[in-house]
Amino acid sequence: MADLTYRAAVARGIAQEMERDPNVVMLGEDIGAAGGVFKTTEGLFARFGAERVRDMPISEQAIIGAAMGAAMTGLRPVAELMFSDFFGVAWDMVANQVAKTRYMTDGQVSLPLVIRTANGGGLRFGAQHSQSIETWAMAIPGLKVVAPSTPADVVGLMAAAIRDPDPVIFCEHKALLADKADVPDGELVEELGVAKIVREGTDATVVALAAMVPRALAAAKTLAPEGVNLEVIDLRCLVPLDMTTVLASVRRTQRLFTVEENPRLAGWGAEVVSIVAEEAIYEIDGPIVRITTPHVPLAANPILEDVQMPSAARVAQTIRTTMEASR
Amino acid sequence: MTDERVLMTDTVHAATVELDRDVRLRMYRTMVECRLFEQRTHELFLAGLVRGTTHLGIGQEAVAAGFAAAMRSDDWTFCTYRGHNHTLARGVPMAPILGELVGKHGALMGGKGGSMHLTSVEHGAMGSYAIVGAHLPIAVGAAWSAQYRKSGQVAVCFFGDGTTNIGAFHEALNLAAVWKAPVVFVCENNQYMEYTPIGAVTAVERPAADRAAAYGLEPLIVDGNDVEAVHAMARRTIDRARDGGGPALVEAITYRQGGHSRADPGTYRPPDEVKAWLDRDPIPAYRQRLLDAGLDAGALDVIDAETKAMVAEAEAIVRDAPDPDPASAITEVWADGGSSWRT
Repeated sequence: MADLTYRAAVARGIAQEMERDPNVVMLGEDIGAAGGVFKTTEGLFARFGAERVRDMPISEQAIIGAAMGAAMTGLRPVAELMFSDFFGVAWDMVANQVAKTRYMTDGQVSLPLVIRTANGGGLRFGAQHSQSIETWAMAIPGLKVVAPSTPADVVGLMAAAIRDPDPVIFCEHKALLADKADVPDGELVEELGVAKIVREGTDATVVALAAMVPRALAAAKTLAPEGVNLEVIDLRCLVPLDMTTVLASVRRTQRLFTVEENPRLAGWGAEVVSIVAEEAIYEIDGPIVRITTPHVPLAANPILEDVQMPSAARVAQTIRTTMEASR
Repeated sequence: MTDERVLMTDTVHAATVELDRDVRLRMYRTMVECRLFEQRTHELFLAGLVRGTTHLGIGQEAVAAGFAAAMRSDDWTFCTYRGHNHTLARGVPMAPILGELVGKHGALMGGKGGSMHLTSVEHGAMGSYAIVGAHLPIAVGAAWSAQYRKSGQVAVCFFGDGTTNIGAFHEALNLAAVWKAPVVFVCENNQYMEYTPIGAVTAVERPAADRAAAYGLEPLIVDGNDVEAVHAMARRTIDRARDGGGPALVEAITYRQGGHSRADPGTYRPPDEVKAWLDRDPIPAYRQRLLDAGLDAGALDVIDAETKAMVAEAEAIVRDAPDPDPASAITEVWADGGSSWRT
């Protein structure tokens, strides 16, 4: 067991797979000798060399395009987009090319590639370096979407993403990079599309993702002494979406809340809620509530950004009010 | 053609060995196949059998034929939505291509891609890309993969003159040069960026060649209606890329005899310009040259007749084919063959 930061877990997960498969290669801006601007690829350049860890020009279309060309001809590239907001620059490559080529060619082309990216807010970087793009990716058929919340999950899900035969968008949350936790020794491989119940409870199900998971857990801690016992689910992946775990939990607790960092409209929670409404509505005993960032860009100022993103206090307060109103 | 930088057959013949008969006949056959296939495609479009859209490369066949004849069977072609010629030139049979255009069972991609996305991985036809510029970085990635695996494969990437003004072109050129990637970029300068003369929207005279220096590359220009000149240029650049000499950027000067797509009659083009280029049609010109070089007309007539029969046979196969299975609409999103996104 090692005490590992989320940041170091990224490098460990990639290294595990590069060690195992010589076709795994990396490309991205400043990922080589510099170890990445977020230090998530530290040590990989020294260990695997410039042939496999490629520093790229500021050419996001070329980064994703080259990863795609390499993937369709036998390699398993792990591409980095430094900030997830930069998906905007490369969206043709991601949404039109990478996502659709297997379908359009009726399965002739396989694209086993991973696009890693520093995602999410809370670091006061402003509206163009703080977004939660997991819901952008989720909206495009042909992309799998992963967003881990713990160092151990980073390692295991990174391995699963790299081994997966389809394109995977891997969201590394900037606000979690310094978080430390125990990570088991040896090879770790998780399964994509399997959510995790991170706190068992009886009164309501709270579904969260990435940086919202610790906030949901903190809210659960706040509410426990008040007699509200929350079950918290870390979704971990948006595609595939583990509705089996969510539906089973909701059938036990009969209540559902989602905690989403994304702006309100068309967030992942809307899909989760609509499935629950369709398949378990008669087992729900009160309003279903989505707790999200309002439908605004994120501000740079700490006071403003903190008001925008769901905090543990807002999560707790929203759940408290909703539960009381329907008691 | 007044630009003295343009490589034409006269200069080629001084510098290269005489082509053997088989290569010449192959290039002639490829051009005829492309021409007759596309002419029939256009008729079938007007008859309502081919759906959606088509972007014909009639008049540009020499570029596809000259390059394909210089490629190894495991080399890769990346091309655009104007990709029928390049796909045929790699040896993909006509019936599955026409089936893809018509949307019948047995189509090259099950009817999921259509005219703009023709792909046949087993023939090295790695896709026709319908968003301008996208496939240039993708071709660089394939070339990187060949370099990394030391497979000796070369990626040849065809695109139009309009592509030279989109960012992906420049990102790809720079990256290929930095990596010394085995990729040959071929700009088919057919004079028009969709409906607009390329010169009206481009800062330099030669949209590709005049940008080459920015990436440390030689400005290579070839008469794109002269199949032997194209072939010589293809051999030179592909062989060099395969030997580790890095990428090349070739500008082939040619002409799109028709409009941009099926919706465009191309009436914005001056009639004398159209006539001048029709007089330079690559196929009759090559036929005449072969005859002048002593090839017997019989061999060429056989190719013409065989190709005509091939197109008719492909059409018969497609007309007889059943419609696709509606259930296939939701297959092959993922590598497991399905499209499931939840449990």
